Amino acid sequence: MTMSTHPVTTHRENAAPVLATEALACRRGARVLFTDLSLAVHPGQVVWVRGANGQGKTSLLRLLAGLSRPEAGRIAHESGRERVYVGHANALKDDLTVAESLRFLSRLHGFDTGADALDAALHRFGLHSRRQAPVRTLSQGQRRRVALARLCLAPAEALWLLDEPFDALDAEGVQALNALLAEHAARGGSVLLTSHVPLTLNSPVPITLQLGEVA
Amino acid sequence: MTAPVFSAVLGRDLRLAARRRVDALLPIAFFAVAVSLFPLGVGPEPNTLRQIAPGVLWVCALLAAMLSVTQLYAGDQADGSLEQMLLAGGSGTVAALPVAIAKAMSHWLLTGLPLVLVAPLFGVMFDLSGRSIAALCASLLLGTPILSLLGNLGAALTLGVRNGGVLLILLIVPLCIPALIFGSGAVSAVETGSSARGHFSLLGALFITTGLLAPIATAAALRIATE
Repeated sequence: MTMSTHPVTTHRENAAPVLATEALACRRGARVLFTDLSLAVHPGQVVWVRGANGQGKTSLLRLLAGLSRPEAGRIAHESGRERVYVGHANALKDDLTVAESLRFLSRLHGFDTGADALDAALHRFGLHSRRQAPVRTLSQGQRRRVALARLCLAPAEALWLLDEPFDALDAEGVQALNALLAEHAARGGSVLLTSHVPLTLNSPVPITLQLGEVA
Repeated sequence: MTAPVFSAVLGRDLRLAARRRVDALLPIAFFAVAVSLFPLGVGPEPNTLRQIAPGVLWVCALLAAMLSVTQLYAGDQADGSLEQMLLAGGSGTVAALPVAIAKAMSHWLLTGLPLVLVAPLFGVMFDLSGRSIAALCASLLLGTPILSLLGNLGAALTLGVRNGGVLLILLIVPLCIPALIFGSGAVSAVETGSSARGHFSLLGALFITTGLLAPIATAAALRIATE
């Protein structure tokens, strides 16, 4: 398995990285997904992890989120900075309402769960009118929006780890998420995300990290 | 960080159970049906019924608890909720403890406690004396948390395993046997007029030991399952 990373360059290299890895290796069963992966994410950056299916994008995110342990190498997190992981699964329960689901997920992580904050978060993703609807009645795209609405409630400078956040979103949803990403980066937050569709984010320009063989 | 995770998970599980009342009532329905079948199968001889009552009630309580425990984590793992719960506390086994304890607690509140509450009714059906019924309730009150804690451990250990339900029964039922012996033994002792203090002491000791060790093992198993 070969591994190459485009050098991650940034205009804010003098600031300490929010997240840095050193010679990271990941193995799923007998298969080595990547080795010797070093990356650094600085405040205000959006890093786009690219790679073909099965190259370990999700595994990398799970490693960085702290859900699994690396085969080799080190992961250094800036202490005191919250990490928010939105996985491929939306973590929603069919029997709860939209508002209840969002409140549960936010409360779990100790985020702001005031009624106003919840309303504002749902409003951003155009779900305000469906706040009392059971998750069961939502479409895939709407479920994705509920999962992402949690980002609005996280602490301002958190590190977001998003696994295919654009999945199932329509044009309006993509726009809402892009706006949120830009806003987050502007206030010094960082994002590391995977996406199989090209990003339409203009500011900040996403930094690309290619997993697997050089394209 | 710990308190919100525990209360958030417990609160959500109770809310979910309230939304799916029929599912939540299944263990109690199973208990009621199974216990009611014994007098029909064994025959209406009061002395025989009185004699088998402690064992029958305890075995049915154990099976009802095991029946409801198999899906404890499966749904949360499938939809990604479990990952979020485990991430909330940070990394490591200790951080997964609030999730493990909250899940055991919600299982007991939804299965164990209702069993304790309906048990007197079935004690009357088996013609147990008032003192025996009191002993039955006390033994179930001490014993059902043990079943919930062990079942919780089994559910975490068999998470993601195919045919996990069968494996869970094979793994956990043997561990429940001491609780079954001392629990039904306590009721039998009262029924025959001897002291049940020894049984209750041992049941209490079992409860404390399981309460201290099972959540730690469950938390470790959850970490492994989500890796």
